Amino acid sequence: MTPLLEVHDLHVDIPLSHARLHAVRGVSLVVGTGEAVGLVGESGSGKSLALRALLGMLPVPVRFAGGTVLLDGEDVTGLPAKQRHRKLTDAMSMIFQDSLTALNPVMRVGDQIAEAPLRKLGKSRSEANAIAVDLMGKVGIPDPERRFRSYPHELSGGMRQRICIAIALSTKPRLILADEPTTALDVTIQAQVLGVLRRLKEEEHVAMLLVSHDLAVVSQACSRLYVMYAGKVVESGRLVDLVSAPKHPYTFSLLRSVPDPDHRVDRLLTIDGQPPDLSEPLTGCSFAPRCPFATDRCRGEDPALEHVEGAVGAPRQSACWHVDSADRWAKGVQAEMERQH
Amino acid sequence: MSAPTVAFDPLEPPEPDVLVPRRRLRGRRRNTPLVAGLTLFSLIALVALCAPLLTNHDPIQQSLNEAFLAPGAAGHPLGTDALGRDVWARLLYGARVDLSVAVLAVVSPFVIGSLIGLVAGWFGGWIDTIIGRVIDVVIAFPFLVLIIALVFTMGPGTTSIYVAITLVGWVAYARIVRAQVLVAKEQEYAMAARVSGLPTWRILLRHLMPNVVLQAIVFSMSDIVLTLLAIVTLGFLGLGVPPPTPDWGTMIQEGQQFILSKWYMSTIPGLAVVLTGLSLALIADGIVEKANRR
Repeated sequence: MTPLLEVHDLHVDIPLSHARLHAVRGVSLVVGTGEAVGLVGESGSGKSLALRALLGMLPVPVRFAGGTVLLDGEDVTGLPAKQRHRKLTDAMSMIFQDSLTALNPVMRVGDQIAEAPLRKLGKSRSEANAIAVDLMGKVGIPDPERRFRSYPHELSGGMRQRICIAIALSTKPRLILADEPTTALDVTIQAQVLGVLRRLKEEEHVAMLLVSHDLAVVSQACSRLYVMYAGKVVESGRLVDLVSAPKHPYTFSLLRSVPDPDHRVDRLLTIDGQPPDLSEPLTGCSFAPRCPFATDRCRGEDPALEHVEGAVGAPRQSACWHVDSADRWAKGVQAEMERQH
Repeated sequence: MSAPTVAFDPLEPPEPDVLVPRRRLRGRRRNTPLVAGLTLFSLIALVALCAPLLTNHDPIQQSLNEAFLAPGAAGHPLGTDALGRDVWARLLYGARVDLSVAVLAVVSPFVIGSLIGLVAGWFGGWIDTIIGRVIDVVIAFPFLVLIIALVFTMGPGTTSIYVAITLVGWVAYARIVRAQVLVAKEQEYAMAARVSGLPTWRILLRHLMPNVVLQAIVFSMSDIVLTLLAIVTLGFLGLGVPPPTPDWGTMIQEGQQFILSKWYMSTIPGLAVVLTGLSLALIADGIVEKANRR
């Protein structure tokens, strides 16, 4: 079966005065029909730019520097801009981080939800309004008829984000791109909004590509993950596999820096150093300078993202020279931390 | 020992007056400039509208043996001009002419300029470059000089005034709106509208325009003042509303010849210009304040 969305070797550049910053360096990913996929990475790893690039909506100086986007197996990258925009927006919609700026401040929220059905899907005014009220109910807004007439500033952050989700759903998309949808919310509201997204995935069979820096958020909603570092995907696979047995030192370090109530540790691991400067050419693995297991080979040659040997069932990829020793990382770090103590 | 009195108990709800809703607090704060400006302007507009009720003189009726009457003369509260026409009546009917021309002359630059600015800001690229060049060229000339030159070529009259002011005035609106659109189009709501796949005209008019137009509205208030001054100036130079139609600019110009002996002939219509300008400037201030409070 052809997947809903395929992205191959996506590159994004940011022109600077003296150089160009290679922000996304060959990202490939796949989202199947009805599948929830997570894209995690720290800020600046290029995850949001990758998302915008595949939609063809990069902010002004940023440039699409190559790559192909396939929708239902059809390459849309070569299509004329208008046609591509239409194809992409017919299939996908998007949820943003800040629900206050993502809503038009001078338009009633109900009208904003009803707008796409009215203007794009050709429904009548009353049908469109009925759709809007129905969607507001679906995303868990109490008393939707009354809230229909509210303005964005009159609603709480959680309610606004639900409105954004309803707007995203109003075009009947098959895939929702969510760019840090819960980052601006506090933890309880975060859980509620994630609950809404999860329910939509199950009930409406909408696929989802969730971008976040927060592993906990992604793990609540997604079944498969891509981990990005310095503009590249360094590891991908099923959530359960990634969490139980990371095959890239970056994923490993990320997981060790998140508190886990089931496995108490004395100290959380921090990742020393900073991500590399992407405006300069890199040699070797981009994570090598911060990697506790880096060897000379890591510093000299960049490992490609390859299938992990011995992965059972689900496909699993990692870009590391030392995948084979992955099961010994935990012990090594433990010993190191004890020595430092 | 009695229990100490606690100033604030977190478990007790605060006194009702601590919990005054924010909206009520806001409502109590008066927007003085807006109220003053609107009051003054409506008063002027009302006087202009009710001109026939406030005087029984005809503003163009000459009466040469009653010329040069000083203000306070019987039957002529503000006196008469060199041709014996009642100054009060001319002032009232002149308000009708000048105000309507000024307001109308601002509408088309406002609409045209805002739309051009919207298009330039949104599409960018060569469209923006061309529009930007045209704006630069128009701005390179002083406003009044260009208006006078244009009216001079087309001949005096209200149509020439409308055309000239539209041709010159749109650039200000285009610049204001363009700058605002450049900011607004990077906002997530603009991107959200694009991802929804809405038609471009719809995104521009429904999502961007309402969010960028406020600055243009504020400017239009002071622009009415500028336009009023331009019309008065044209009248003063003999390029405005052709006589005998009453107009403040023509009145100032006619009084100028007698400025040393009869100062009030130019001063009275001059004061009318100042008051009208003041009321519009106050309204503009008030709108800014209201917008900032939101």
